[in-house]
Amino acid sequence: MRKFLAYFFTFWALAVVAVIGVAGLRGSTSRKPPIEIWPDMDRQPKLRPQTTANFAGFADGMSSRLPVAGTVARGSGFEANEFNTGRKADGSFADAMPVTVNAALVRRGQERYTIYCAPCHGAAGDGNGVTTKFGMAAVAKFHDERIVKMGDGEIFNTIANGKNLMGPYGDKLDPQDRWAVVSYVRVLQLSRLGKKEEIPDAVRATLK
Amino acid sequence: MSDIFPKWTNKLPLMAGVAAAVLGVTALAGITYYFTPKYTRVGYQPKQPVAFSHAIHAGQIGLDCRYCHNGVEKSWFSNIPTAGTCMNCHSQVRKDSDKLQLVRDSYASGQSIPWVQIHKVPDYVYFNHSVHVNRGVSCVHCHGEIQKMDEVQHAKPLSMSFCLDCHRDPGAFVRPNELVTKLDWKNEGFDGKKAVHDWKVQPGQSCSTCHR
Repeated sequence: MRKFLAYFFTFWALAVVAVIGVAGLRGSTSRKPPIEIWPDMDRQPKLRPQTTANFAGFADGMSSRLPVAGTVARGSGFEANEFNTGRKADGSFADAMPVTVNAALVRRGQERYTIYCAPCHGAAGDGNGVTTKFGMAAVAKFHDERIVKMGDGEIFNTIANGKNLMGPYGDKLDPQDRWAVVSYVRVLQLSRLGKKEEIPDAVRATLK
Repeated sequence: MSDIFPKWTNKLPLMAGVAAAVLGVTALAGITYYFTPKYTRVGYQPKQPVAFSHAIHAGQIGLDCRYCHNGVEKSWFSNIPTAGTCMNCHSQVRKDSDKLQLVRDSYASGQSIPWVQIHKVPDYVYFNHSVHVNRGVSCVHCHGEIQKMDEVQHAKPLSMSFCLDCHRDPGAFVRPNELVTKLDWKNEGFDGKKAVHDWKVQPGQSCSTCHR
């Protein structure tokens, strides 16, 4: 027993090495889910969004539900009017925007355009966004006469529901945002195709 | 008596004391090091059903986070995108790739892809994404440099003290609101303290701010 401490420290060192060997270091990559040391009420029997629902009422097993047929979510644009559909009462596309166009709307449109449209249509609307390098074909150019002449309502409808190869963006852009993007598409067109005479006199005087 | 208790036993209490002290300090050190989300959560990198690379999509291609996580500004929850979002491009780009089979199946059937959730605060924590990203708190603070991760892993502890670091001094963390998804942004002269004052940011520190 004279060597008590020598034995002790040997076992101690082995134990420390063993623990570090098994438990690893902080931040090391692991496929295993986090250990919950005191899992008191960490996981409660309630449904969180986009998780699996083992619940008899939800046959498809999804915790996030689609609206029940015949119902609408609060705040969703469900009325069939020009603002929500881009169509006039007779079903034809609206010619002009049913919202007040001001600098705030255009800026919002610019921001949303940059997020959702620019990847394909390009920052300037030339149809040469980054995805075209990877095989996106036939991306519309906003300076084409066809789109310059297109009514605001038809552009709105294309954003909402997609067209040809383009998918729908109605889930990402609510009606107000869609009109904001339409206003910014018009800005991109004017920036390329506008004439000097169209600039208000007061502003033109400040340009060189 | 020396036959029963040899002389070395005089040192026994001392040796036992040293051993107990060493064991105690080691145990404390071990608990401090391991019993924290810095160990339990950081580094968690589950295998995902689809080999989606944030490094390619958010880094190389430069898609805004919100292209896919489009609900983050409006909802407490930052959504996983629908398969339709993937198909906006992948109906044309690599449309026959085996790696995208699950995405195409999901798009056709409406059944979810079984993505594995990585960042999970306890169920008694009511974290709201929208209030953070609308007040200049970037994704990168809690999720790390996602745009560099091929496979996403848990980069930050998301412990209570992690939250409180920012709630106690938000001025050191906030950035201009339009730059929250610009993950590689460097602060060059932005006055966060002034922004916190101007935007009337009031990050609560009471229990009920996060626990209800």
